[in-house]
Amino acid sequence: MEFRFTEEQQMIRETAAGFFADCSTSAAVREAMATELGYDLSLWRQICEDLYLHAITLPESLGGMGLGYVELIAVMEQMGRHLVCAPYFSTVCQAVPALQLAATGEQASPWLERILGGATATLGWIGHEAPGCDAVTATFQTTAQGYRLSGDYQLVVDGHSAEILVLAARVAGSAGRDGISLFVVDAEGIQRHWTPTLDQTRHLGRIQLNQLELPADACLGEAGQAGAVLEQVLQLATVALAAEQVGAAQQVQDLAVQYTKEREQFGRPIAGFQAIKHKAADMMLRTEVARSACYYAACIADEAWQGSALAAELPEAAAIAKSYCSDACFGNAGEALQMHGGVGFTWEYDVHLYFKRAKASELMLGTASEHLETLAGLLLDNDQSAHSTQTKGAAA
Amino acid sequence: MKLSFSAEDERFRTEVADWLAANLTGEFAKLKFRGGPGDEHSFPEERKRWEQKLAEGGWTCVGWPQQHGGRGCSIEQQVIFFEEYARAGAPGRVGHIGEGLAGPTIIAFGTPEQQAKYLPGILSGTELWCQGYSEPGAGSDLANVKTKARFDTERNQWVINGQKVWTSLAHESDYCFVIARTDPDSVAHKGLGFFLVKMDQPGVEVRPIEQITGTSEFNEVFFDDAVCDAGDIVGEPGDGWKVAMGLLGFERGVSTLGQQMQFQNELDEVVRVAKENGKDRDPVIRQRIAKAHAELKIMRYNSLRMLSGQSGSDGSLQREGLIYKLFWSTWHRSLGELAIDVCGQLGQLLEAAPYELTRLQSLFLFVRSDTIYGGSNQIQRNIIAERGLEMPREPKWR
Repeated sequence: MEFRFTEEQQMIRETAAGFFADCSTSAAVREAMATELGYDLSLWRQICEDLYLHAITLPESLGGMGLGYVELIAVMEQMGRHLVCAPYFSTVCQAVPALQLAATGEQASPWLERILGGATATLGWIGHEAPGCDAVTATFQTTAQGYRLSGDYQLVVDGHSAEILVLAARVAGSAGRDGISLFVVDAEGIQRHWTPTLDQTRHLGRIQLNQLELPADACLGEAGQAGAVLEQVLQLATVALAAEQVGAAQQVQDLAVQYTKEREQFGRPIAGFQAIKHKAADMMLRTEVARSACYYAACIADEAWQGSALAAELPEAAAIAKSYCSDACFGNAGEALQMHGGVGFTWEYDVHLYFKRAKASELMLGTASEHLETLAGLLLDNDQSAHSTQTKGAAA
Repeated sequence: MKLSFSAEDERFRTEVADWLAANLTGEFAKLKFRGGPGDEHSFPEERKRWEQKLAEGGWTCVGWPQQHGGRGCSIEQQVIFFEEYARAGAPGRVGHIGEGLAGPTIIAFGTPEQQAKYLPGILSGTELWCQGYSEPGAGSDLANVKTKARFDTERNQWVINGQKVWTSLAHESDYCFVIARTDPDSVAHKGLGFFLVKMDQPGVEVRPIEQITGTSEFNEVFFDDAVCDAGDIVGEPGDGWKVAMGLLGFERGVSTLGQQMQFQNELDEVVRVAKENGKDRDPVIRQRIAKAHAELKIMRYNSLRMLSGQSGSDGSLQREGLIYKLFWSTWHRSLGELAIDVCGQLGQLLEAAPYELTRLQSLFLFVRSDTIYGGSNQIQRNIIAERGLEMPREPKWR
């Protein structure tokens, strides 16, 4: 048992932290978020070519780093901290695990090689808001040449810009995990557009398919059998998102504490007032507790990624991490705004960027209360085992 | 980062579990799940004998170094021991203050003579300790102790006068470690001494405090010309604060995992009641139970982080350590509220007159002490803000 980063993991974390601090400045974030693309392409190229961070979980056999989720969340935490605008979450935390876990044999290799070369990708599954597989409403039919897809995908992270799309669809009339397939397609020629959002730092798109014809090899794995994989992919993405929330919770804490040390009222820094100190202390508690939850979930995600013994704990660990980190991140962002006083309400100060991101992340991949209900189900509705994967998976 | 234990550690886990299963029987069987917070007054004699039983098996002071008679267990093995101990429902330890606080302090700061005199009784489970810190005028402001220690050169003894309060287990204890002022003109944390005082002497009187629960775990202790030998001061006169603060460093980390297993037992009881009376269908109760479950799990991960961290030799707390008391005490208080809410209006009914509480009623009341003792939540927030976030310190008024 060793519940801390190894030296190598610490190095990855510090490299990412230093790079993002330099490149993802307030000005850079504001410039990127105002574009339709939503990120600076040269920053993405640097992430891929100079830091090779996109290759963390890609297999070594293809030239990736072959690392796991502890390394990935170390990077994601720093991404959240510096509000990095990049197609990293969509590509590395959503599309890559979908491709790797759902594909059979060498099926995913050409797509993963494109990603290794810097191509962006994303995962679309939400037809309407519901937890996990229940959100899938797009349908597919089997044809002589392959498959025919129809559906309206909403809230797809970088869905308007990603070069590769992994899309979930189900057999018409199926429900829950049943009848779900994951398809991979090149995005070129597919009808989609940007849907502007409250949080401008992460762009979402909408993809509309009307009887899109796909070849047989576009289906990852066996047709109709990808429901369980999709839930696992969403749980892994949930852990990654929780890490981002930890980073953001830390950053707004630091911003708020720093500001209160500089801001003087009644002839002294307001940081000296207990009303302020106690808010800050509660922020630190939330950040550290969130960090503990997230790091543990990362260890479990690592086990799931490698198919090891504790993989069955992933639904629970992801729900614990996302429920706590969502509240911690939004709670800290709200308190940071309050501690900034009037300037916290301005466009000029960065607090509102974090405040909006915190709410968007909280609502994405399951709110705190949805994840708590998942936990309640595991705990109260099933007498066999709290860790059973047979129960309904984590909300997503 | 990895979570699994080695094969050797898993064998150790089996050894601990087997020993407990074999020995928590006979006269000790009735001690299962007893003697925890809020229940510390129950079965004192049996629990004292249980300490000696543990000692026979080599299961006291598992984390102490072997040169001082301990088992010399690794951090992992200590984690395992405390987890298995609580999982087995083994009773609250009456020896924990000696084992967790007095002993480690004497090992770290004591003389070889003090170690030879006091450690064997702790190891064998035959001598119990209590902690003489708080006073009526020194609660949150702990450094404001007024108890005085004067060295009597004729008798070659320290003579102690004053009053301590909130002293748990004082009525069962053989010794008390006391902070008292060696320099009568000093203020705050200067001029204090750290003394090892025998309880069974004419100058020491123990009076139980009747608590909100109607029971008495805590006491007042009066020192009226109580004495201890010249060799019973740990460190030099004036070092008392340093020794006392060093001691606080020992009371975190490993033993927190045992405390969490106790919490788990309580939460399990809440879940059992909810399933039994149908409150598990109430969506608000479901959220609260799930939150309690999630945060207890995170509490464990937070402890694993504390234990895996490179904790400073000076006992300085890292970030996850700084927030721990505030986190667990607040969590436990919420659990108490959840416990009574899950029971519903029927949960008002006592076990018996005059004031015999059910386990969950006792929990509901007793947890109110958690956010007060050992540094109240408000003091914890000051400490976190000042030490963790380097915000301005509170102004001094004296």
